[in-house]
Amino acid sequence: MLKNLFRRNEEEKHRDQENPQDKEQKDKENPQEPEAPKETETPKEQESQQAPEASKEAPLPSGESTEPAPEEPQEEIMSFGGLFGRLKEGLTKTKKGITDRVDDLISSYTKIDEDLFEELEEILISADLGVNTTMEIIDQLRDRVRQNRATDPKVVKGLLKELLTEALEEVANPTLNLETTPSIIMVVGVNGVGKTTSIGKIAHKLKAEGKNVLLAAGDTFRAGAIDQLRIWGERSGIDVISHQEGSDPAAVIYDAIQAAKSRKVDVLICDTAGRLHNKKNLMNELGKVFKIVKRECDGLSRESLLVLDATTGQNAIQQAKIFKEVTDLSGLVLTKLDGTAKGGIVISVSKELKVPVKLIGVGEKLEDLQSFDPKTFVDALFD
Amino acid sequence: MIFEGLAEKLQNTFSKLKGKGKLNEQDVIAAMREVKMALLEADVNFKVVKDFIAKVKERAVGDEVLESLTPGQHVIKIVKDELTHIMGDTQSKIDFSNKPPTIIMMAGLQGAGKTTTCGKLAKLLKKQGKRPLLVACDVYRPAAINQLETVGKQVEVPVFSLGDKEKPVTIAKESIIHAEKNGNDVVIIDTAGRLHIDSNLMNELKEIDQQVKPHEKLLVLDSMTGQDAVNVAKEFNETIEINGVILTKLDGDTRGGAALSIRGVTDKPIKFVGMGEKLDELEAFHPDRMASRILGMGDMLSLIEKAESSFDQKKAREMEEKLRTQQFTFEDFLDQLEQIRNMGPIGDMLNMLPGMPSKQMKNLNVDEKELNHIQAIIQSMTRNERTNPSIINGSRRKRIAAGSGTSVQQVNKLIKQFEQTRKMMKQFSGSGMDKLKKKGGKFNMPFFG
Repeated sequence: MLKNLFRRNEEEKHRDQENPQDKEQKDKENPQEPEAPKETETPKEQESQQAPEASKEAPLPSGESTEPAPEEPQEEIMSFGGLFGRLKEGLTKTKKGITDRVDDLISSYTKIDEDLFEELEEILISADLGVNTTMEIIDQLRDRVRQNRATDPKVVKGLLKELLTEALEEVANPTLNLETTPSIIMVVGVNGVGKTTSIGKIAHKLKAEGKNVLLAAGDTFRAGAIDQLRIWGERSGIDVISHQEGSDPAAVIYDAIQAAKSRKVDVLICDTAGRLHNKKNLMNELGKVFKIVKRECDGLSRESLLVLDATTGQNAIQQAKIFKEVTDLSGLVLTKLDGTAKGGIVISVSKELKVPVKLIGVGEKLEDLQSFDPKTFVDALFD
Repeated sequence: MIFEGLAEKLQNTFSKLKGKGKLNEQDVIAAMREVKMALLEADVNFKVVKDFIAKVKERAVGDEVLESLTPGQHVIKIVKDELTHIMGDTQSKIDFSNKPPTIIMMAGLQGAGKTTTCGKLAKLLKKQGKRPLLVACDVYRPAAINQLETVGKQVEVPVFSLGDKEKPVTIAKESIIHAEKNGNDVVIIDTAGRLHIDSNLMNELKEIDQQVKPHEKLLVLDSMTGQDAVNVAKEFNETIEINGVILTKLDGDTRGGAALSIRGVTDKPIKFVGMGEKLDELEAFHPDRMASRILGMGDMLSLIEKAESSFDQKKAREMEEKLRTQQFTFEDFLDQLEQIRNMGPIGDMLNMLPGMPSKQMKNLNVDEKELNHIQAIIQSMTRNERTNPSIINGSRRKRIAAGSGTSVQQVNKLIKQFEQTRKMMKQFSGSGMDKLKKKGGKFNMPFFG
């Protein structure tokens, strides 16, 4: 389908790529991360194959779901990378999507030919990677297949996985820069992506790590937004600085920064109103808020996180582009990964804008937030 | 962007085919590749794209190319017709029950815009003389009830709530009794956002459906949704059998391919579209416009319709006359400005023009406030000054600036611009208007032939 449009400019880059053996060795050297999911993964895998109904019930927010990871839950909350059970839970659907299809596909081919690549293209596109990124990835996949002299279609899956991981790893940086006291996290995004909910979860997570957190209700526009943040704050026992609905968001943020400084809190997290990136005036308003943050927080650690909805299609790239111009983005938060959406848009955004994904939201509970790990992410997609 | 110029691309593909005649299979296949990319880039589900392409291909091969069109334009016409057809040939509306109250239930994923849309719909129905009641059944999201109550206050529609401790089914049932007692002829039920694979919450939705038996079950879907739109629409449709869809956030710059995906899997009509954060920004869905949008061809139809409805024909003729005789004054300018502004925000209008690349559009940001200033300045002039700008001296300028709340510099700038415009218009004198029209004709949009 897109064959004729493949660009050949990436060859150089991949000539000296590590071969599969190196990769394996690397994995062995760093067993802690990749090993962990396998333990819990296996039974889950079987379960989900035997009874797809059961896996559908797994990511329910109602709290009734059976947790498959009974070992030391406390430590789990503290460690950023160790929440495999939950990630798996959230990603089961995602995983099923791509993996089953790749497996189906590969078992139906006996040799690597154009049809195989074409089908793979379609799979990536249906995961919301977008036409451009898909073309690039498949292009690189062809090169890699050639370099490895692969003749078995099954090898292709491993190579594809490798490529996707690399695309994410290139810009990966899951840690939040919160060195100073106070540090400030700005949270921005279009309407309805889950900014306020994400803030509730981030605050909870930081508090669980022993940090002293303060919230700022910078969404003075949407009805009920301030109350929504307040309720999240109450749930984790965190104060919220707020003004009246309809007041100037810049003033709220200013006050919150002063409060954060005088109360000596560790992290101030600021909510902002959802705004479509093509609304010039609203983006200008956001620009003004960031000007104040820049002025008032000179020398302090700052994070500016864009929240993206995993169900969003190609528009996410446009969103990221424009928010990056206005707010100097430092990372992405990908929400609603507990649905059937594949979240593949992250790969496109990372590739195109070089902004790392920092956190992912996999449910509606306070603890349904994880730091993003490219390898785990892609592993969960393909294992 | 690949998508930006589908029309252009197809023209290029067909540039060698200058002559008229039938479309042969090879031409069509080449063209369909471009169409396919365009649809994918617009987030149309890839399976839906496949079906669609197959259908169009069948229709296009061997088709006689219309006299007035190039082969490329002809293919676009077929594609657009087919798109429009799939998304519903006619507009669909809310069906009101013979026996009030008419019960409308909104459902959808988290963050799709259900609560806001409830408020918008209530406002719209109120305008039509109905007495709606909003029902707060989202007991899960923090402050959701609060939000609906605020929205209800804004549109002056009562909100029924039993707090967040009751079950949504109970709230819904109670609300009907409440509506009957209070003479509300429409009940709009706001439900919690839920994932389509969340069987508990989907069952809850089913229960409300069975107990309350809504006449209209509307799926609220974010227009930016990607490939997953088909899964969402399918699951909701299978659970509660929706009557239609409301597409939100279409005031963004997404192509909105989800609209086509939904139709592809559910065959349910899109009834309304959300076009902004204000509560009166809910519009009827126009399949033809959506088709243009998905194809990236601009919303010419909307623009023309807007122009027709708000531009006074008689005034336009007078204006033309004035331009010819070069008597263009500030008075006329103000008139013109007001007429154009009646058509809506200038930025919106520019966005509807095809062939306006988004890059250029960014620099072309029209500041509505600036226009307000201009209007204020002109309105602060005396009648004499407006018809005779040359008499505006320094002290008059100062007065105008003070009267309009602007600065003398702004007044100067406007007067200077006005003089320039006037000069330009002189060059159009006589046959100038005809020339302008001819130039406009060069756009040669395929659908107005």
